[in-house]
Amino acid sequence: MIPEIGQFALIIALCLAIAQSTIPLWGAHTNNINWMSVGRTAAFGQFLFILVSYICLTYSFVVSDFSVLYVAGNSNTNLPFYYKISAVWGAHEGSLLLWVLTLAAWGFAVSIFSKSLPEDILARVLAVMGMISIGFLLFTLLTSNPFDRLFPAAVEGRDLNPLLQDPGLIIHPPLLYMGYVGFSVAFAFAVAALLTGKLDSAWVRWSRPWANAAWVFLTLGIALGSWWAYQELGWGGWWFWDPVENASFMPWLVGTALIHSLAVTEKRSAFKSWTVLLSIMAFSLSLLGTFLVRSGVLVSVHSFASDPARGLYILIFLAIVVGSSLSLYAWRATQFKSTGNFDVVSKETMLLINNVLLIVAMLTILIGTLYPLFLDALSLPKLSVGPPYFDAVFVPLMLPLILLMGIGPIAKWRKVTFKELFDKLKFIFLIAFALGIILPLAIYGNATIMTMIGIAAACWAILTSFYALARIVKKRDASTSLFKAISKIPVAMMGMAVAHIGIGVFILGVVFTSSFSTEKEIAVKFGEPVELAGYTFRLQNVTPVKGPNYDAARGHVYVTKNDEPVVVLYPEKRVYEVQRNPMTEASIQSTAFRDLYVALGEAVSQNEWGLRVYYRPFVQWIWMGTLLMAIGGILGAMDKRYRPQKSKVTVSSKSSLVVDKI
Amino acid sequence: MVRALFPIVFFIVLAGFLYAGLYKDPSLVPSPLIGKPVPTFAASALRDPERLVTNKELLGDYALVNVWATWCVACKQEHAALVYLANEKNIPIYGLNYKDDREAAILWLQQYGDPYVFSVFDDTGRIGIDFGVYGAPETFLIDKQGIIRHKLVGIMTPEIWEAQFVSIMKNQAIASTQ
Repeated sequence: MIPEIGQFALIIALCLAIAQSTIPLWGAHTNNINWMSVGRTAAFGQFLFILVSYICLTYSFVVSDFSVLYVAGNSNTNLPFYYKISAVWGAHEGSLLLWVLTLAAWGFAVSIFSKSLPEDILARVLAVMGMISIGFLLFTLLTSNPFDRLFPAAVEGRDLNPLLQDPGLIIHPPLLYMGYVGFSVAFAFAVAALLTGKLDSAWVRWSRPWANAAWVFLTLGIALGSWWAYQELGWGGWWFWDPVENASFMPWLVGTALIHSLAVTEKRSAFKSWTVLLSIMAFSLSLLGTFLVRSGVLVSVHSFASDPARGLYILIFLAIVVGSSLSLYAWRATQFKSTGNFDVVSKETMLLINNVLLIVAMLTILIGTLYPLFLDALSLPKLSVGPPYFDAVFVPLMLPLILLMGIGPIAKWRKVTFKELFDKLKFIFLIAFALGIILPLAIYGNATIMTMIGIAAACWAILTSFYALARIVKKRDASTSLFKAISKIPVAMMGMAVAHIGIGVFILGVVFTSSFSTEKEIAVKFGEPVELAGYTFRLQNVTPVKGPNYDAARGHVYVTKNDEPVVVLYPEKRVYEVQRNPMTEASIQSTAFRDLYVALGEAVSQNEWGLRVYYRPFVQWIWMGTLLMAIGGILGAMDKRYRPQKSKVTVSSKSSLVVDKI
Repeated sequence: MVRALFPIVFFIVLAGFLYAGLYKDPSLVPSPLIGKPVPTFAASALRDPERLVTNKELLGDYALVNVWATWCVACKQEHAALVYLANEKNIPIYGLNYKDDREAAILWLQQYGDPYVFSVFDDTGRIGIDFGVYGAPETFLIDKQGIIRHKLVGIMTPEIWEAQFVSIMKNQAIASTQ
């Protein structure tokens, strides 16, 4: 009964989505306020019914109703409770339901937080979101119904994929989807602007916080996925340039370009059609990611069970959404006149180069990811594109970007001179350069040129961000205290600085980890010492352990440094009862400056086991950095000029700020 | 105006490739060994540990080399097809018993029938590496000179035998008469 209610609710949601996508649009066209306001009600109703549907599926998981095919395939009575909840999005059908729920939640959020939005714009935005919703609800109902029954019911479920039984995986997909789907709001705003042909700074102020919010979720989602891969895959790596990682990274790069381009459009009325194009691109790449993951056109660890019928459906949907919005763009974009003039050397130019670099980076990843597909379609010999390609093309693109990141925030709009910038930044440049040489040498005693450049770039990003803040604080009157001056820094400015510092922290983590990591993979007898980076690892014993739904062999690894005990690590080799494939559960001790990472290999004999030992310096900085980026993004979206009641006032007052935020 | 058309043109080309990709199998990797001689090996035969078998013994006729193991569930599924091919189609099949336990493997052959002329016992998987094995079952077609002509990853069935292997042997026969 419950699954049928879930399915029925989903069908009602589809009907509401159809209403949401047509009636308000017609209302906006004929200027009928009653019809326009249908959008709000429908958005709420749609969210409510999808939520009901989602709760029904979750309920089926919690009570282990194995007469539901999807539950039988992805759960088990012995599965711990919290994994039963997260198993809802453990495979294709349920994760798609989460997708539509997220989409409906964003639509609902837009309908309640956009009180200041003119009715006709809101009507169009909600209508576009309704159209996207129709596509995904139909996709769910027609090809991937999570409520399909299994008759006769299974006695026991096939269990959740053991790889997904990890705390990181409980929140990684929801956050990632919030990010992916969140770009649908910016997309809907862009389409609404194309429909009306109107794009002013008010439009940007409405659309900007939504783009920021989506970007924050995507940042956190990707970071958590990387953290999970590091914890769970047992190889000590944190990014693999896997097609699905790339699929989430591409919208992130475009989203990053978008939040910067929106700044220029808001402040200077420039880059208008470019901003609209980026809004369309960010969401299109989210849809492309969905296609790549669910169609089986690429080989990836993430792939859901692939099915050409599903792939074809998403491709058609992708073609409709992207094709029609880009056609609309080709037709209407030339109407947007960018009025703000600017000099060759100016903040605008720097942000333009920033955008170009980000888009080129996205395109190189797109080409690398789809290269096997291109070759296959042209019947050329197969080859795979791996990390060497991505490292080789990506890093050179990032260096000028980071250089600009330091200069851009202190450059003036419209016109600035090289000399002015040089005078302000020469000392920071020298300090960053010196730190790049000194830091790795002081800590590790050796470094390659690339390592030094990387560290210098990270220091540059951090120091210039602090400098940008310090400039504001320094401008205070004598009567203002230092503390008060700091608290007076505009929130969005603070957000930018924090996010840029986050990038610096992230780069420090990446450069130190990739330059100074060491590892050993050997077979050891019990008690035999393994020396690594000054630490001594001893596998003392391996004992059997019984988990809720698995059996494990647990290694007891005593770590010492100079004969002083450091920690005891317990890596495990788990065999899950249902799916039987062995899983490596690494054991990690993290401190601010290094991780000790131990994974248990295969048993060689009774008292001899394979052991993988990794020393990973600064690896936690990678995720600390992304967390700072996300915090920066949140601060950026919180700026008070986005709050309706005060927007008029702040628009006029902010132009007096010499240092402006991006 | 023309510039505004770039994105849609770019997307149409991309969508064309994505469409083509839907009907290709990305995990289908052609073996680099096709057209090359069978890798050399010398190992003990599965059912007769004293007997040393080498790659030379595979020569003389079209033959199949089938990679199998008792731990491989799909091997159990294809086993009947192999017995059928050996008995009805008179194709010699050589087994490569891959990373397996000797006693369990012999027991399995006694239980399900032995389609193999002999099985090479490759407990360490060393020979498997030379064959480029990345998962059992795999089946290689080798010709009279010991050149690998085809590789099947996955389960052998009489239909696949007819569709893939027989046609290759026919084409080769036609080519050699010309």
